[in-house]
Amino acid sequence: MANRTVIIKIKRQTSPESKPYWEEFALPWKPGMNVISAMMDIAANPVTRSGKPTRPITYDSNCLEEVCGSCAMRINGRARMACSALIDKLDQPITLEPLSKFPVVRDLAVDRSVLFENLKAVKAWVPVDGTYDLGPGPRQTQRHQEDAYPLSRCISCCCCMEVCPQFNDKTNFVGAATIAQVRLFNTHPTGAALKEDRLHALMGDGGIQECGYAQNCVEVCPKDIPLTDAISEVSGQVMRQAIKDIFTR
Amino acid sequence: MANPNIIVVGGGLAGLSATIKIAEAGGHVDLFSIVPVKRSHSVCAQGGINAAKNLKGEGDTPWQHFDDTIYGGDFLANQPPVKEMCEAAPAIIDLLDRMGVPFNRTPEGLLDFRRFGGTLYHRTAFAGATTGQQLLYALDEQVRRYESEGRVRKHETWEFLSGVIDHTGVCRGICAIDLRSMEVHTFPAEAVIMATGGIGAIFGKSTNSVVCTGSAQSALYQQGAFYANGEFIQVHPTSIPGDDKLRLMSESARGEGGRVWVPRTQGDKRDPKSIPESERWYFLEEWYPKYGNLVPRDVATRAIHKVVYEHNLGIDGQPMVYLDLTHIDRATLDRKLEGILEIYEKFVGDDPRTTPMKIFPGMHYTMGGLWVDFKQATNIPGIFACGECEYGYHGANRLGANSLVSCIFGGFVAGPQALAYARNNAKSGASANGAFDSERKRQEEINSRLMSSDGTENPFKIWRELGEIMTKNVTVIRYNDALAKTDEKIVELLERYQRINLSDKEMWANTSFVFTRQLYNMLQLARVITQGAAMRNESRGAHYKPEFPERDDVNFLKTTKAYFAPDADEPRFEFEPVDTSLIKPRPRKY
Ligand SMILES: Cc1cc2nc3c(=O)[nH]c(=O)nc-3n(C[C@H](O)[C@H](O)[C@H](O)COP(=O)(O)OP(=O)(O)OC[C@H]3O[C@@H](n4cnc5c(N)ncnc54)[C@H](O)[C@@H]3O)c2cc1C
Ligand code: SF4
Ligand code: SF4
Ligand code: FES
Repeated sequence: MANRTVIIKIKRQTSPESKPYWEEFALPWKPGMNVISAMMDIAANPVTRSGKPTRPITYDSNCLEEVCGSCAMRINGRARMACSALIDKLDQPITLEPLSKFPVVRDLAVDRSVLFENLKAVKAWVPVDGTYDLGPGPRQTQRHQEDAYPLSRCISCCCCMEVCPQFNDKTNFVGAATIAQVRLFNTHPTGAALKEDRLHALMGDGGIQECGYAQNCVEVCPKDIPLTDAISEVSGQVMRQAIKDIFTR
Repeated sequence: MANPNIIVVGGGLAGLSATIKIAEAGGHVDLFSIVPVKRSHSVCAQGGINAAKNLKGEGDTPWQHFDDTIYGGDFLANQPPVKEMCEAAPAIIDLLDRMGVPFNRTPEGLLDFRRFGGTLYHRTAFAGATTGQQLLYALDEQVRRYESEGRVRKHETWEFLSGVIDHTGVCRGICAIDLRSMEVHTFPAEAVIMATGGIGAIFGKSTNSVVCTGSAQSALYQQGAFYANGEFIQVHPTSIPGDDKLRLMSESARGEGGRVWVPRTQGDKRDPKSIPESERWYFLEEWYPKYGNLVPRDVATRAIHKVVYEHNLGIDGQPMVYLDLTHIDRATLDRKLEGILEIYEKFVGDDPRTTPMKIFPGMHYTMGGLWVDFKQATNIPGIFACGECEYGYHGANRLGANSLVSCIFGGFVAGPQALAYARNNAKSGASANGAFDSERKRQEEINSRLMSSDGTENPFKIWRELGEIMTKNVTVIRYNDALAKTDEKIVELLERYQRINLSDKEMWANTSFVFTRQLYNMLQLARVITQGAAMRNESRGAHYKPEFPERDDVNFLKTTKAYFAPDADEPRFEFEPVDTSLIKPRPRKY
């Protein structure tokens, strides 16, 4: 199939305030194409399907191997990473839209800084004393490493938040990714020092109780992070903390 | 100044390491990055980080690590800083361990180590197959902690354009562009640390991330910074050919027992699994019995080139060879290599646990970079550099898993050095004599010229042409006539650049505008690389010239230092002796 073409429809928006519009592109097919390489081809020849000159697409990307978390968007209606979305595996015409729950910056680029703010709020770090030489860290079993590692692979793409029915302006819910990080740091021997702070941050408005266990998150996570397990574990921790708070207050 | 303000440009491992040290010592950091720092290129590192912890009873020592690094780099690195790095490495691993990096463990709960190229020791600590991601996150978390304490201020989605250099030649801050509003601002600082990473984009397709353009380094070089050993470009032997990028297949695949081979018969079309052992050629094992598949990268890369282009034994006549893991059991592969196998599966569609992978060399790393002294200071007072953007630690060839440690170590030196400079610097507070205004105006003029350009040249096409010729002539095998043609071509591309056509003139989040600015700097730096390669008439480490196949210590045991000649708009060169005071150069034979 030498002259195959790839049809892509892209929802564009020039600035946060302006109205979105759609543009359609027809690109020559190449083996191994993915959504990002298709947009690179558009940049090299920015012309729509009907032959109208246009502007290259604005989108976020960096690693192109699904580890930096930059390129999340809605592809054929589904939140996923564009760099690992192989054209040959997508139904055409392919539709590309920005994530819908984050402010659009331009075209397919959105502002996801909310996740980084949430990570600050739950103190997602290990409180080391300092960077001077204090010898090795705590010994850990292989089992512990195998539990922690998958959680630590979260690329902050925000797909889990995009598909979560509870993640919206009304609830202010923190979302699954942040909760999974709380689980990660609470299980670390040194990280556990801040466990209570983290659990308190997850109580109340927008906290963990907003989760309705719809499980959408775990289905879209590109890194297969055990999100629902993490949520139930942290939920339990929050509950126990709340009870403890009653008795220590 | 008791609590000086330092600017760190770049939030990969190097920039974050410097930031942490400064914040810890009471300084304040303005941290600039094109991408949110957590999305920096360092997340791509897969294989691991070296430190002679000697936890496998092999008698490994920091000196041995030092010797392997110097020897692997073909004696081109200045030795004292490399020795310090190797001595500091074990404590760096301990620190990362304390910060919560989920390193793989032994049954006893200690850190596990694997073997990497260019050494006979198990010296590489790893966290699954996403070590760089795990290290970067650990540092990112510590920086977030300082950020919430007000000691670090992040400027993400800001791009460094240039240094603000006063009339006495001292750096007083930086000039940067907000990648959303496209506004240009200047920021004062008592010292500046550059940590802007690699330059892969100059070669079009590489294993690097998209923002690794070298634009910042090039801008500083055009402002008077020395750029050292630019001609030393590492081509990784095993990458997955792709249309948009060459995805890396980590050396750890070979570290865990992966074997490289081709069918012995030309054009053998059989399914690789059905080809019997006797009809497979494990050429690395045959040619290098001691190190086998784990010879250093330059050696493996040239061997693959030879098999493909001289023996014509590429798979199916294509430039590809097999990297085979199928003899290793699935559980081991999943435990130690899952992340990288996933990449192959996702992007190629085959399962490397059951099908041998098809790989080919790809541009991977620059050993060259901003010239720094042994304390990470560039030749411009007030500007320091650390990480892949500087040239200090890897000589003519970098050993696998040595970059991550050099980035962190370099940051740990640069941070305190910049702070000390700032505290002792009498200049702080003195008038900069309009240097800020004039630098901002200079940058704004470049921007408005570009915005009003109405030529016919598409910047992305110029970039593709640059990448193609650089990959063809300035990577694995270099000939002087081809290098001369390459430089001519770059000059032609620079001329065409003057007739650029920007299809997007919007002053908001205009990524093609930003790219076009970077492209100019890439072209300027490409000349440094190409001309440096042309001058070095010898073969050393990653730099190989069939016309001069031997290392020539008499004439070329020297650091190449390029500087920009503004009047001629091109690089000039000088050479500096290498400090070989600790290990006497010996022939490099694996
Ligand atoms: C696929 C791959 C695998 C690798 N695996 C290993 C490994 O296993 N072990 C090992 O030791 N090494 C490995 N390396 C090498 C190593 O990953 C890199 O050398 C290292 O991560 C570089 O870190 P850095 O901090 O110098 O730069 P980076 O991580 O590239 O960070 C650069 C930073 O600078 C910012 N920046 C760049 N330009 C500007 C600008 N103009 N203005 C503002 N900000 C800017 C970026 O946003 C980013 O934050 C690998 C490399 C690749 C490509
Ligand atoms: S389980 Fe459902 S409600 Fe809870 S975080 Fe996941 S998607 Fe949201
Ligand atoms: S948990 Fe998964 S989906 Fe959510 S941000 Fe992390 S990687 Fe993305
Ligand atoms: S570009 Fe990094 S995840 Fe897609």
